[in-house]
Amino acid sequence: MRGTSPCASCKLLRRRCAKGCIFAPYFPSDDPQKFAIVHKVFGASNVSKMLQELPIHQRADAVSSLVYEANARVRDPVYGCVGAISYLENQVSQLQMQLAVAQAEILCIQMQQEAATPTPLDQDDKSLILSSSNFNINSPHPQYLINFAASSTNLIQDPLKRESL
Amino acid sequence: MNTRCAACKYLRRRCPSDCIFSPYFPPHDPQRFASIHRIYGASNVARMLQQLPVNQRAATVDCLYYEAQCRVQDPVCGCVGVISLLYQEIHNAETKLAKTKAQIALFVDSNSAREDFEVESDLNVLLHEEGNEFAHLGPSNQVSFGFT
Repeated sequence: MRGTSPCASCKLLRRRCAKGCIFAPYFPSDDPQKFAIVHKVFGASNVSKMLQELPIHQRADAVSSLVYEANARVRDPVYGCVGAISYLENQVSQLQMQLAVAQAEILCIQMQQEAATPTPLDQDDKSLILSSSNFNINSPHPQYLINFAASSTNLIQDPLKRESL
Repeated sequence: MNTRCAACKYLRRRCPSDCIFSPYFPPHDPQRFASIHRIYGASNVARMLQQLPVNQRAATVDCLYYEAQCRVQDPVCGCVGVISLLYQEIHNAETKLAKTKAQIALFVDSNSAREDFEVESDLNVLLHEEGNEFAHLGPSNQVSFGFT
């Protein structure tokens, strides 16, 4: 029962854990590290303000994301989550390049096969090949850091592990 | 005349000559400090900067600003929402790439199977033609190729 044991936040802040403590549902006493890290990065009052501004059903998710960001910031005090975002964007770019190359290869193979057959391609056949290969060299992907101008160019780093999001 | 940095203006205090914020929060961009202060708080940011070498502080402030903006725009997920979307994009791209590579493998397999078949057919035609050419010869003169 919560009444007997203060939540992790109130323990850390050394205060009485009130009945309607905003932190209690999200920072149980058996996981003191969770609040400690969020407090270190954001501060208890900021976290409290953020939670108060959210409807109750969204607070658990907000706490999860704050914990994730706080962990990232502790692990990488300079880049925090931005380091992971940069790395992942780079991965997406590389995969899309590989995909474009593979799709171009399919197109070549299909065209070679068509060239090997005696029947000349008409316009409909050519359209079919192009559409079936889904070849799209200009497929865009959103760049989340496109307007971000970090002072350091060394942004691409080893990402965070795929922690539960 | 000493112009206060955006942080000291926001905090309504005097801006000392060694103000830790002033290199990164110029007075012409008050929004930058306001966002960061809203999410992290001035004392937390000051402490973070103090713990870092000077040459890393500008990048740190840029990243804090980016994350603070993400949090302001998405109070539930913040920049974790962006990370989540990127993981999804990676998963989708990997799946597409695997499918495309499998298609290529199929094409290559069917091509090589067809080439083998065509080579054998051509050879049989050639043997048949050569057989006809020597058909006028007697059995002892016929060349046996060992094919049936």
